[in-house]
Amino acid sequence: MSILETIASHLERGEHDEVRALTETALAESIDAATVLDEGLIAGMQVVGEQFRKHEIFLPDVLMAAKAMNAGLEILEPHLSAADIKSQGKIVIGTVKGDLHDIGKNLVGIMLAGAGFDVIDLGKDVPPERFVDAAAESDANVIGMSALLTTTMPSMKTVVDLVKSRGLDGSVRTVIGGAPVTEEYANEIGADGYSFDAANAVECVKRLVEG
Amino acid sequence: MRPKLKFLDQALIERIVSEALDLLATLGLEVQNGNAAALLGDHGAGVDIAKGRVTLPESLVLDAVKKAPSGFELFDVLGNRTHDLSGDNVHFTPGSSGISVLDSETGTMRTPVTGDFVRFTKLTSRLPHIDAASTAFICSDVPEQIQDSYRLFLCLLYGEKPVVTGAFTIESYRLMRDLQIAVRGSADALAMKPLTIFSVCPTAPLKWSDVTAQNLLDCAADSVPVEFISMPLTGFMGPVTLVGSLVQHTAETLSGVVLSQLANPGTPVLYGGSPAAFDMRYETTPMGAVETQMIDCAYSEIGKHLGMPTQAYIGLSDSKALDAQAGLETSMGATLAALAGINSISGPGMLDFESCISCEKLVVDHEICAMAKRMEQGIEPKDDFPARPHFEEMLEEGHLLISDHTRKHLRSEHYFPGPVIERANLSRWREEGSTTLDERARTEVSRHLSEYEPSRLNEDARRELTRLMTTEAARYGMDELPARDGD
Ligand code: B12
Repeated sequence: MSILETIASHLERGEHDEVRALTETALAESIDAATVLDEGLIAGMQVVGEQFRKHEIFLPDVLMAAKAMNAGLEILEPHLSAADIKSQGKIVIGTVKGDLHDIGKNLVGIMLAGAGFDVIDLGKDVPPERFVDAAAESDANVIGMSALLTTTMPSMKTVVDLVKSRGLDGSVRTVIGGAPVTEEYANEIGADGYSFDAANAVECVKRLVEG
Repeated sequence: MRPKLKFLDQALIERIVSEALDLLATLGLEVQNGNAAALLGDHGAGVDIAKGRVTLPESLVLDAVKKAPSGFELFDVLGNRTHDLSGDNVHFTPGSSGISVLDSETGTMRTPVTGDFVRFTKLTSRLPHIDAASTAFICSDVPEQIQDSYRLFLCLLYGEKPVVTGAFTIESYRLMRDLQIAVRGSADALAMKPLTIFSVCPTAPLKWSDVTAQNLLDCAADSVPVEFISMPLTGFMGPVTLVGSLVQHTAETLSGVVLSQLANPGTPVLYGGSPAAFDMRYETTPMGAVETQMIDCAYSEIGKHLGMPTQAYIGLSDSKALDAQAGLETSMGATLAALAGINSISGPGMLDFESCISCEKLVVDHEICAMAKRMEQGIEPKDDFPARPHFEEMLEEGHLLISDHTRKHLRSEHYFPGPVIERANLSRWREEGSTTLDERARTEVSRHLSEYEPSRLNEDARRELTRLMTTEAARYGMDELPARDGD
């Protein structure tokens, strides 16, 4: 097995110490940092995503793998050119006004951070303006909103409308989720994306950022 | 003998309680409501403003446990006693606060409206083994600000049974109280004869949100019973083990007991919950998981050990249709809960992780509840001894069909389910149309609805309910409540 394959397989098992050490070894062996990233870390993460979808591994395994990925990235970063570090993007995320359910939102945040996104978590009970202000201030690409109460869902539309009325709809995309939220509701209020769980939220946000 | 299920031995219960007391005394709670934090501080809790945490000394907790009533009663809208929530008495109530309904015609889930709620409430009123009504789901055809209170309004108008409910905001509580006072006539009369139970949910881990804490204080001030709904999610928002989740549940629930008993000693409480064995594959909170149900029954043992009546979200299913999974998860839960003597069992009629309500499922679950209640009565001798005379009679007559013993005990010893449970022989079943459970359930729902009799609540109270609700709706831009049939 090549060292890159070994890195990938340790990453799949969530062994961050090994991933960190082997990433250093790979650099010492003069393997190009971008190659380590693509063929080691990202290759491993892809397998993890696939295994999770097939229920061969569970949520904690995915999060351990993400932790290992980040351990490797830390070593690589100084050696990567700006173009190589395709920063995945920045997302402002929160639970909408009046709603205190943040477990699902937190999980989505954890998974996005694990996938390399810059996540700004506004917490719960977040007023519509704060989503938009925070996105504008931080130059975020995406606003993610969670609602678990049917009574708080309309706040999502308020945010989507605010993004438009402030002329941010060219640069900021909106994505929504939570138990009572559906794809149809996202379409109805003009949100750019919807997803029913955290793994799919990552895919969805990736698509939105890539445009 | 009443059959009794036990998961915990005495030593384990005591250890779990003492670990929970340690959590409360050392790590303490996050209390986001100023009134609640002040109340705790005034009674000897340690309030660390910088850390935003409140620690509860053991004596404060044990004192509150002593003050909490060992049981309480509920009364229907007419003032008749319906519930004795004490000992191992078992009562069923439909699942609450659903997001969708399973449409009877199409079999698919959709957003509910007023007509759905009226139908469900009428149906609940017809089913004798569903002991209380619940504010079962949200009607999308009224403004969000009144969606929680509007459900209680409809329950009090269309049914007579007490109601298990809850507020979504601090503001809603006032109207929800006034609606109850409209039924009882005065605040004192309401305190004497409780009509509802309010769900109050601590947030895992060990946190009281502003809304929930205030709802709790408000209920206590009016002596309105509350059920604590603590929800550890195993391995995620709670330890992965059942014992670890029980420690967390105990600590969160005891903190609620303290708040309620400080606010108003003797406030009726149910030691309840809705924990879940978090599914690490789908990121969901299954209510039908066997471990969820084990935690439910076990915390009920702890609640009883502490001397309080208990509640659980058990006897419901995560399935998306009225299918075999719905039946197996609901009956496993209802059976275990009845054997555990859980006093208020919330769940019948519900699917999809507490999200969806189905009328057809309710009539099927009604049979499950009836069977669970029968089982809970256990096996008792009834003129059985000495046994020889019965056998002499059988030998002499060739059967016991018309014996005194048979006629005396037939209807009380055996539960005869309604037509949703298929017990005909094959030929008769074929002759009667080879019906499926789904078809029989639909027929039953229609029959019940056509035989519905309006609530006997007096005209003045009904008018006052409508006036209160209409006024509130107008505040949020709705001048006329959605049309309802029969008015
Ligand atoms: C846990 C829980 C709570 C906990 C929340 C703790 C917390 N820190 O979040 C507590 C106990 C505090 C609680 C309180 C209440 N709850 Co609650 N709660 C639940 C429960 C059982 C599970 C929710 C959950 O965490 N699931 C696990 C997570 C992982 O899943 P998830 O949230 O769905 O998130 C996933 C997806 O939806 C998606 N997703 C979520 N957000 C986002 C965002 C984006 C951008 C994307 C892309 C995707 C995405 O990805 C996530 C990961 O897979 C649900 C039942 C249900 N069917 O959902 C009720 C439920 C949502 N609650 C309900 C109610 C009524 C309440 C209360 C009002 C009860 C009361 N009277 O006190 C209060 C709320 C007060 C308030 N103002 O908010 C109702 C809602 C009813 C309605 N019609 O709106 C439900 C449906 C239960 C019920 N039938 O009663 N609750």
